[in-house]
Amino acid sequence: MSIDMSQFHEAFFEESFEGLGIMESELLTLDVGAGDVEIINTIFRAAHSIKGGAGTFGFMNVSEFTHVMETLLDEMRDGSRGVTQFAVDSLLGSVDVLRTMLEAARDNTEVDEEMVAARYAVLNKILKEEASDSSSVDDVESVPPADPSVSNSVGEGWVISFIPHTDLLMAGNDPVRMFRALTELGELSAKIDSSNLPPFTELVPEDLYLSWVLTLTGDVSKAGIEEVFEWVEDDCDLTITPLVGNTQNEQAVAEPAAVVEPVAVSTVAPASVKEKVSDNSAANQVAEKKKPATKPKKATESASIRVGIDKVDEIINLVGELVITQSMLDQVGEDLEAHAETASVGGDSGSQKINADILLRLNKGLAQLERNTRELQDGVMRIRMLPISFVFSRMPRLVHDLSAKLNKKIDLQVSGEETELDKTVMENIGDPLVHLVRNALDHGIETPDIRLAAGKPETGILTLNAYHQGGNVIIEIKDDGAGINKARVRAKAIEKGIIAEGDSLTDDEINHLIFAPGFSTAEVVSDVSGRGVGMDVVKTSITKLGGRVVVQSEEGKGSVFTIRLPLTLAILDGQLVTVGGESYVIPLIAIIESLQVDRTQINAVAGKAEVYKLRDEYIPIIRARAVFGVEDNKADLHESLMVIVEVDGSPVGIIVDELQGQQQVVIKSLETNYRKVETMSGATILGDGTVALIWDVNGMVSVHKKKLNNGVIKA
Amino acid sequence: MSTSLDPVSDDVEVTDNIHENQYLTFLLGDEEYGVDILRVQEIRGWDSVTTIPNAPAFIKGVINLRGTIVSILDLRERFGIESVDYNELTVVVVLRVKGEGKDRIMGVVVDAVSEVYHIAENDLKDPPDLGYAINMDYMKGMATVDNKMVSILDIDQLMSLKDIDDATESGGKAGA
Repeated sequence: MSIDMSQFHEAFFEESFEGLGIMESELLTLDVGAGDVEIINTIFRAAHSIKGGAGTFGFMNVSEFTHVMETLLDEMRDGSRGVTQFAVDSLLGSVDVLRTMLEAARDNTEVDEEMVAARYAVLNKILKEEASDSSSVDDVESVPPADPSVSNSVGEGWVISFIPHTDLLMAGNDPVRMFRALTELGELSAKIDSSNLPPFTELVPEDLYLSWVLTLTGDVSKAGIEEVFEWVEDDCDLTITPLVGNTQNEQAVAEPAAVVEPVAVSTVAPASVKEKVSDNSAANQVAEKKKPATKPKKATESASIRVGIDKVDEIINLVGELVITQSMLDQVGEDLEAHAETASVGGDSGSQKINADILLRLNKGLAQLERNTRELQDGVMRIRMLPISFVFSRMPRLVHDLSAKLNKKIDLQVSGEETELDKTVMENIGDPLVHLVRNALDHGIETPDIRLAAGKPETGILTLNAYHQGGNVIIEIKDDGAGINKARVRAKAIEKGIIAEGDSLTDDEINHLIFAPGFSTAEVVSDVSGRGVGMDVVKTSITKLGGRVVVQSEEGKGSVFTIRLPLTLAILDGQLVTVGGESYVIPLIAIIESLQVDRTQINAVAGKAEVYKLRDEYIPIIRARAVFGVEDNKADLHESLMVIVEVDGSPVGIIVDELQGQQQVVIKSLETNYRKVETMSGATILGDGTVALIWDVNGMVSVHKKKLNNGVIKA
Repeated sequence: MSTSLDPVSDDVEVTDNIHENQYLTFLLGDEEYGVDILRVQEIRGWDSVTTIPNAPAFIKGVINLRGTIVSILDLRERFGIESVDYNELTVVVVLRVKGEGKDRIMGVVVDAVSEVYHIAENDLKDPPDLGYAINMDYMKGMATVDNKMVSILDIDQLMSLKDIDDATESGGKAGA
C-alpha cells in the first residue's frame, strides 16, 4: 500500500490535458439540435478517463466535478436531453474550469472556489431542468469502481446476501477474488458479518465463518452477478435482490444488526460508503480537505514526450540493420587481414583479384553504413516530431469564442494538421499562431453587415494550413476579410514615427509595417487585440525559432500570413564560409543571395558606413573581418565575396573571404561549456572533426553597430 | 620531476586524522601549479582550436571533445605570464569547473604536466598577499613538496564566467 502515487501524476496530468483537448474539440464539432452519439461518446470517454484517474490519484474535486459533467453528457447520449447551445457552452466552460482545477492540482496551488461553485451551479441548473428524465443516469460505463462520488447518484443495483459454507475455502475459492470481479461490474460495497466467528481456541484456520451482504450499484444484470458466483453456488447460500432506495446509507441502516463494520472491497475506493452529496458546499469541502494532501510538485512543464510505437519500432529496425552492416564490415576487415598475410608471400595476379573483391565489399559496406546512419538520424529526429494538430486544435475553440464575442460569422477551415514539427518549435509557435488568428478575426474579417454590403458572403472564411516545403514547415493563416488598409497603415506609421512623411514604400513594405514595434491601427483597443505589441512579438518569436513571417494582403479581399519554420532546431542547412582562416556556417534560411562585389557600386556614407547599390536599393556593407576583430588588409572590396542576408526584414551585405559548400549541420550549444557569444548562435562539428561556429546574423549586425559607434571600425 | 609517488608520501606526514588530497601539478615556466585531481577529466596533447571572435585573449578557442564543444584557456595568458610557442610537450588539462549553478568542462593549456602529490590539508598554507601580482582569489593555498613551492589553484574562481564576461567586453571594444 506504500506505493508512491505521485510518480504517476505527471502521466496523469499529461493524459488529462490531452483528454480536455479532445473534449473541447469534439464539443465544438457537436451540432446543436442533433447530437451525434459517436461524438458525445468520445467526449464522454475523455471525461470518464479524467474522472477515473482523478479518483485514483486523490484529486477528489476534479473527479466530483467531472462526474457532474458526465451526468449531463450521459443524458445527452441516451437522448433524454437535447443538445442545446446553452448546454454545449456550459460544457465548454466546464472544460475550462476543469483545466484550471487540474493545473492547480499539478502546481499545488489554490483553486478559485468561487469559479468552481459558479460552474457547479450552472451544471446543476441544467440537470434539474429535466431531472425527471434522468432516472437511468448511471450505466456501467459511467460508474467506475474507482469513483467514490458515484454513490450519491440515482442508480440501479443489487443486494447480494452471500453466506458461504464453512468449507468454501477448501475448494480453492477466494471470496476476495469474487468481490474484485464484482467491482468490475459496478460500484461495490460490502458488509461483513462475523457473528459466527468462534472463539480463537476453537477456530479452524481452513474454515470460513464469515458472511457478507454486498451492495452492487450500477446497471448490472442479475446473470452477470450469478456468473461471478457460478463456481461456488453449491457451496453457499446466495440471494440476489434488486436494490431499493437511492443511497447506500439507507441501505446500511436497513441491514441486520449483526453487521460489524463496513469493509470496502474495491482496492481503490476505500471511501465508497462515505456520504457524498454533489451539492456545491459539500463538493467544495471535499476539495478543500483534499488539497493539502496533494504532494508538492514542481510547477515546471513536463519534459517528457509521447512517441508513437511505430516510430520506436522503426528505430529498432534501423539499429538492427546497423548491426548487420557492422558485422559485414567486420568480416571485410578480417578478410583483409588474412589476405595481407598470404599476399606478403607472393604478389601474383590472383591476390590482386582478391584485393579488388575485398575493396568492392568494403565500399559496399561503407555505402550501406552511410545509408543506415542517415536513416537512423532521420528516425531519431522524428521522435521529436509531433503533428501540428497539437497547436491547431486550440484554434476551433478560440474562433468559436471570439466570433460570438465579436458578433462575426466565421467558418474555420483547417488542413494539413498531420504535418509534423519539432516539439520545441511546436511549443513556441502556439502563442504567435493564436495571436495571428485573433488578429485575423478582430481586424481581418468584417462583421456580417459590412460583408454583405461589400458583396461578400455573410460568413467569413479563415483558413489554417500547414505543409512541408524543402526542409521547412510552412504555416498559412488566410482570411477573406478586409485586408490591410494601406493608407491607414501608412498614416499610422508616420504618426508613430516609424517612417517619415516623404518615404516612398512599396505596397509590400507598407504591409510589413504592421510588424514594427508599437504599431496598432485598431481604432478601439479591444481585449482581443490592438495593444500594439502583438505583431511585433509574433515576429520576434518566429525569428527566434529561426523562421520568417511574411504577409500578403489585398484590400477588400483578405490577407495571408505565411510562417516559414525550420523542421527542427537540432539541424540546420548552412552555407560554409571562411573569414580570417576560420570556417563559419551561415544559416541558409537567413541568406538571400551571394555575389561578387563590383567596386563601382560601393559608396560611403558620412565617411564611415559603407553601402552597396544592389539593383535599385542601397544596402549596408558589413566586413566580417572587422566584426571579428581580424586584421583586414583589403581596403578595396572589389571582387570580394558578399553574402546578402536578411536582418529584421531588410537586406545586409556581409563581406567574407571565401564561399565554400552548403551542408546540413548539427547544432551544438556553445553555452554548455562556455558563454553566449554575441555574434554566434551555436557551433557545429564538421566532417573533419573540427569545430565551426554558426553565425547569428542579427548579432553580427549589432556588434558591427557597436564597433562603429565606438570608432573601433573605420571604413 | 623525478620524484616518484612513494617518497612523496613519505615526505608528507601522514597521520590518521589528517585529511589528504591528491593534486595534479603542471608547469608554467619554472613555476609549479596544482589542481584537485578529482576535477581533472583528462589530459590531452595540444591540438589546433577554432577561435572565437571577440573572445578575451586568454580564451584560445573551442575544440570538439567527442561531440561536445569545449573552450580552451591559456593559463600563461590568464596569469599574464609571457606566452611561449606551443610545442609537442604542450598539453591541455581538461577540468570540470563548478559555478553559476552548473558544471562546465574547460581545457587549460599548460607547458607540461608534472606530478601527482598527496598533500595534507593542514600542509596547505595560506598564500602571502602578493598585492597586484596575482589575484589572490585564484589561489587555494601553497604547499612545499621536496623543497619546491607548489601553488594550489582554485579553478572555479580561475575560470569563472564572470571574469570571461568582463574580459570579453573590454576585448570587444579594443578589438580590430
